[in-house]
Amino acid sequence: MILDWRSTAKMLQFDEKADRVVPPTGFTARLTLFSSFAMAFLAVFALALSLAAGRVADRWGEELAQSSTLRISAPAGEVATQTEAALRVLRTTPGIEDARALTAEEQRALLTPWFGPDLPIEDLPLPQLIDITETEGGYDAAGLRLRLAAEAPAAVLDDHARWRRPLVDAAARLRLLGWLSILLIASATAAMVTLAANAALAANAQVIAVLRLVGAKDTYIARAFVRRFALRSLTGAAVGTLVGVIALFLIPAGSDETGFLTDLRLQGIGWLWAVLIPPLSGLVAFVATRFAAGRVLEELA
Amino acid sequence: MLRHNNAEPRAGNTTTVIELENVAYSYGGGELLTDMTLKVAPGSFHFLTGPSGSGKTTFLKLCYGALQATAGHVRLFDRDVRGLSRDDVAVLRRKIGVVHQDCQFLDHLPVTENVALPLAVSGQDASSADANLKELLAWVGLTSRADALPPELSGGERQRAALARAVIMSPDVILADEPTGNIDWEMSQRLLTLLVELNRMGKTILVATHDLGLIRAAKAQVQTRVLRISNRRLQMAGADL
Repeated sequence: MILDWRSTAKMLQFDEKADRVVPPTGFTARLTLFSSFAMAFLAVFALALSLAAGRVADRWGEELAQSSTLRISAPAGEVATQTEAALRVLRTTPGIEDARALTAEEQRALLTPWFGPDLPIEDLPLPQLIDITETEGGYDAAGLRLRLAAEAPAAVLDDHARWRRPLVDAAARLRLLGWLSILLIASATAAMVTLAANAALAANAQVIAVLRLVGAKDTYIARAFVRRFALRSLTGAAVGTLVGVIALFLIPAGSDETGFLTDLRLQGIGWLWAVLIPPLSGLVAFVATRFAAGRVLEELA
Repeated sequence: MLRHNNAEPRAGNTTTVIELENVAYSYGGGELLTDMTLKVAPGSFHFLTGPSGSGKTTFLKLCYGALQATAGHVRLFDRDVRGLSRDDVAVLRRKIGVVHQDCQFLDHLPVTENVALPLAVSGQDASSADANLKELLAWVGLTSRADALPPELSGGERQRAALARAVIMSPDVILADEPTGNIDWEMSQRLLTLLVELNRMGKTILVATHDLGLIRAAKAQVQTRVLRISNRRLQMAGADL
């Protein structure tokens, strides 16, 4: 059967009588509903994962690209001197917008997630950290390292490049995997609906014979099956999407700082993608059943 | 409902509604039918006889385009079936009403919807057909069974429902395959009466049957030709019929 626009458009038209010629029950109905439900549910998670990974990649990319850290690891008596020297160098370096030594409270806050809130930071030989904010153009890291080696030899510059790139790459790869999962889910849905449609068409060979006997064209026969499978898939996917979104809401919310796992909720345009899952599922079922019907009707001719 | 045409040819200017020219049909390596030539004129009444397995059903299927001849030409309303697409054959089939031995209904739909199925598949307006449908069900005596499902019908009722479905599109030709095979004598006479009535309206009738009593009863009411399939070939039946 050739997939032409005219016959495809006909199949979308509501025709109660055409819809009724196929017996309404059967395991294929439940199979299509369930597989569409399950696939839409999984698609919501894959979508949420992909979008969250994208957000993380973008955030890390933007934030870390504009900041660096300077670490002063010197004996206790020299920390203040070295810090002052390093700050002088930094404030006179082109490409650095701001440089600021972290307070004891800020350093404690950084360590709290690992050591708890009652950490006696004053008693520990911790390095002094200096937070550097770069201008848009950035600075010459190699030149800065040379100057620091001369003026503040205890200073170690970390421009985040060493660990930023793999993190951003990993997040981007995760985003890609999310979209790939959605593609696989769509393919699996198409395969399952095709199997169900094949089974339904084979089980209704007698119905097809009767319809042909009374002069039904293949388009009419196919429409009865295609519309039914598309509607079932649409219904199953709508419920699956709804349940998936509710499940996302059940994940405890967190701030941006708490990270990836608490950032899975859909945001902004992500909702649009989720709303598109049921109609896309219906479309996949429509095309899959259309081809299955074409093939089976050809075989039964 | 059933339009009379005073026994005039119904299919436009065609002189034959069904024409077979040196037709053969093979299946599974064996030839079931061979060298069959026949012209069925509009408004004629034909019987087709032959022993079980002789190929009567296959012959009828060739006559409504359900099977393609492996040799020769089958022309329906002057159109060679071989050159037609499946959709073209489907449209052509709407001019041929078929009554099958096993009736072939959609068991989940009531009698009315089964009878109206040809209208539905051809996209005709159901509301305008509603009156015709009621008239037709009354004609075959199934008014009280209109809402019954096919499995709830007796053999005779099924045959009459199948006949009603076959004629609802007011086709030019009616083909019936062993229509009295599963019903008693009284019911077969009733069915024959309906077929004769259709023929008097100008419909072309071709009935495959091995019921010689039915053929004799028909000959008493209407002019008929009797064909016989013997040794895979089509012959005119003898005068004993």
